[in-house]
Amino acid sequence: MIGEIGQFALLLALLMALVQGTVPLIGAQRGIQSWVATAHTAVTGQFVFLAVSYVCLTWAFITHDFSVSYVASHSNTNLPLMYRISGVWGGHEGSLVLWGLMLAGWSLAVSRFSKGLPAVMAARTLAIMGLVSVGILSFTLFTSNPFEPLFPVPADGRDLNPLLQDPGLVLHPPMLYMGYVGLAVPFAIAMAGLIDGRLDAAWARWSRPWALTAWAFLGAGIALGSWWAYYTLGWGGWWFWDPVENASFMPFLAATALLHSLAATEKRGAFRSWTVLLAISAFSLSLLGTFLVRSGVLTSVHAFATDPDRGLYILLLLAVVVGGSFSLYAWRAPAVRSHARFDPVSREGSLLANNVLLTVALAAVLVGTLYPLFLDALGLGKISVGPPYFDAVFGPLMVPLVFLTGLGPLLRWKRMSATEISRRIWHTLVAALIVGAVLPLLLMGSTTVMTSLGIGMALWLAAASLRDLWSKLAHRRRPLAGLRKLPAAYYGMLTSHLGLAVLVFGITMVNTFESERDIRMAPGQTHEQGGYTLRFDGVRPVQGPNYDAQEALITVSRDGRQVTELRPQKRVYWVQREPMSNAAIRTRFSHDLMVALGNPMGGGTWSLRVYHNPFQAWLWFGSGLIVLGGFIAAADRRYRLLNVVAREGGTDPARESGASRPATAEGGPS
Amino acid sequence: MNRSRLVFLLPLLMFLIIGAFLAVGLGLNPRLLPSPLIGKPVPEFDLPTLEQPARRVGHQDLHGQVALVNIWASWCVSCRQEHPLLVELSERHGVTIFGINYKDARDEGLAYLRRGGNPYQWNAHDLDGRAGIEWGVYGTPETYVVDRQGRIRYKHVGPLTRERAEQEILPLIAELEEET
Repeated sequence: MIGEIGQFALLLALLMALVQGTVPLIGAQRGIQSWVATAHTAVTGQFVFLAVSYVCLTWAFITHDFSVSYVASHSNTNLPLMYRISGVWGGHEGSLVLWGLMLAGWSLAVSRFSKGLPAVMAARTLAIMGLVSVGILSFTLFTSNPFEPLFPVPADGRDLNPLLQDPGLVLHPPMLYMGYVGLAVPFAIAMAGLIDGRLDAAWARWSRPWALTAWAFLGAGIALGSWWAYYTLGWGGWWFWDPVENASFMPFLAATALLHSLAATEKRGAFRSWTVLLAISAFSLSLLGTFLVRSGVLTSVHAFATDPDRGLYILLLLAVVVGGSFSLYAWRAPAVRSHARFDPVSREGSLLANNVLLTVALAAVLVGTLYPLFLDALGLGKISVGPPYFDAVFGPLMVPLVFLTGLGPLLRWKRMSATEISRRIWHTLVAALIVGAVLPLLLMGSTTVMTSLGIGMALWLAAASLRDLWSKLAHRRRPLAGLRKLPAAYYGMLTSHLGLAVLVFGITMVNTFESERDIRMAPGQTHEQGGYTLRFDGVRPVQGPNYDAQEALITVSRDGRQVTELRPQKRVYWVQREPMSNAAIRTRFSHDLMVALGNPMGGGTWSLRVYHNPFQAWLWFGSGLIVLGGFIAAADRRYRLLNVVAREGGTDPARESGASRPATAEGGPS
Repeated sequence: MNRSRLVFLLPLLMFLIIGAFLAVGLGLNPRLLPSPLIGKPVPEFDLPTLEQPARRVGHQDLHGQVALVNIWASWCVSCRQEHPLLVELSERHGVTIFGINYKDARDEGLAYLRRGGNPYQWNAHDLDGRAGIEWGVYGTPETYVVDRQGRIRYKHVGPLTRERAEQEILPLIAELEEET
């Protein structure tokens, strides 16, 4: 019964999306006010029906309603409540409903916060999002119906994949999808701007908080996924350059470029058509990611729902959305090009260099990800591009990027003398490089050129960012009172840039100095690694809510004093009997100690794997700062004041489309 | 003007090219990865058989005849899917098939063979998956063709299809039988 209600609600949501995607577009074109206003009603309707549908699916999971096929194949009566609720997105069909619900949620937010925006612009933005929603919801209903009934009703479900029964499932996918789907907002705003022929400073300022929020969610999702992969064995560690990981990383790189390009468009009217292209690309790449993950065209350790038939539908969707938007771009963008002029040494110049580097990095990841597919399609054989390629290409690109991240905020808009800037920064740079060369020697006793360079760049970025903050305060009479005068957007940038410095430091240390040992131990034996002494005290059976496990007890001591006990487990889930290894981790400020239980070797002896990763926690701390910075910047008052400005700008739906609107007062000379 | 307009078409063109490759890619199977072991002798192993724990089998038992080596497990759903085909290959075509039972409990493995039939000459019982690592197993099931000298000549990842068995594996076996 609950299944039928859910399905019916999903169908109604699709109808609402159809209305949302068509009526306001026609209304905006013909200047019919009432049709334009329909957008907001349809958005609310779509959201309500999707919410009902989503709650129905969740309810079916909670109450073990195995008459719903999706529930029967992704749940079990012994599955804990936490995983029954998150199991909704543990498979293909349910995660699509979550996708749809989030898209409707973002649309609702756009509708609510667009009061001060030209009505036509808001209506077109919502209509574009409605069209995307039509694609996703019809895909869900017609090829991947989560409410498919199952008869006869089985006595029990086939259980959720044991790999997914992890707190990572609760956090990672919703955050990632919020990011993926959130990129639909800047995409839709860009499309509306293209249709309207209006890509001015107000347009950029309206797009910025949405791009920032989506970017921050996407970053959080990626970081959580990385953390999950880090402690799950067999996924290749915290970053493996696996297609599925790349699929989430590519839109993130594009969105990062978009944020920086939007800044130049808003302040100086520069890079307009480029900004639009990035907005389209970022969302296109998140759709491409969906395709790669779900169609099974590439092999991945994380692919859980692959099916070539569905792949065809997503490819069609991709062709319509991406092909359509790039066609519109080719048609309309030439008219909205910007003519802002600037010197190479200027804020614009550094933002341009940042965009070039990010785009090259993005292209490198895209090529590496799709290369096996290209060769295969051309019949040139099957290969897999592994981490060596990505490390070799990506690392060197990051060095200038991190350097520019520190330099950019120090530069003035439009023009700056190269001698002046070099006079101001050279001592900071030299000091950072020297400390970078010495620090690894002091901390770990050795170093390499790339390691010293990496640490040096991280220090440079941190020092340059803090110096910039100081220079903004120093000229005030009361520097501390000045702290409150700086806009939130500035603090957001500062936080994210400091986060990047922490992240780069952590990645450099982990990559250079991590150690991993495979050992076999009999009860009572000890092993030394990274300054710790580990004593193996045997293995005992334990039972979880839906699994049996072997749990090892490892007493960890340092300098003769016991510091902790680690209990890695080897689990066998009752329904899907695949064995799972659950590592035990001790996290400290300067290192992680991780132990995984291997296999019994007879006579009470077991094989174990011990990892010692210096500064691993800095990866999570740095990522956290980056994400936090995004949310802080998105909350800037200026973006809310925009409403007033835009209202003064007036709304004239009858404005002839196609003509480029002159840049507003703060735009550059055109 | 004309040339500058063309620049704006570039993204669309790039997408069309990528899209065409994606469309072709849908029809391909990325699981057919080449094995670095092709042409090499089978990795060394020494394991008890599933049927009799006291009897041990190893790589030297694969010498002397052309055979299929199939890696399977009772918990593996796609193994169940290809199992009837293996039984048929063994009974109708007289193919010699050896099994490596991967990370499985003994009684469950034996129950699986009782239910689905036993096409295997013997099954090495790789309880801890150590031999699987030597063979470079991506996931069960995997099927290898091994020649008289005990060298791996062919590898298939994933469930075997009738098409592949008839068009590639049976002809290859016939060809290898000719070799001395």
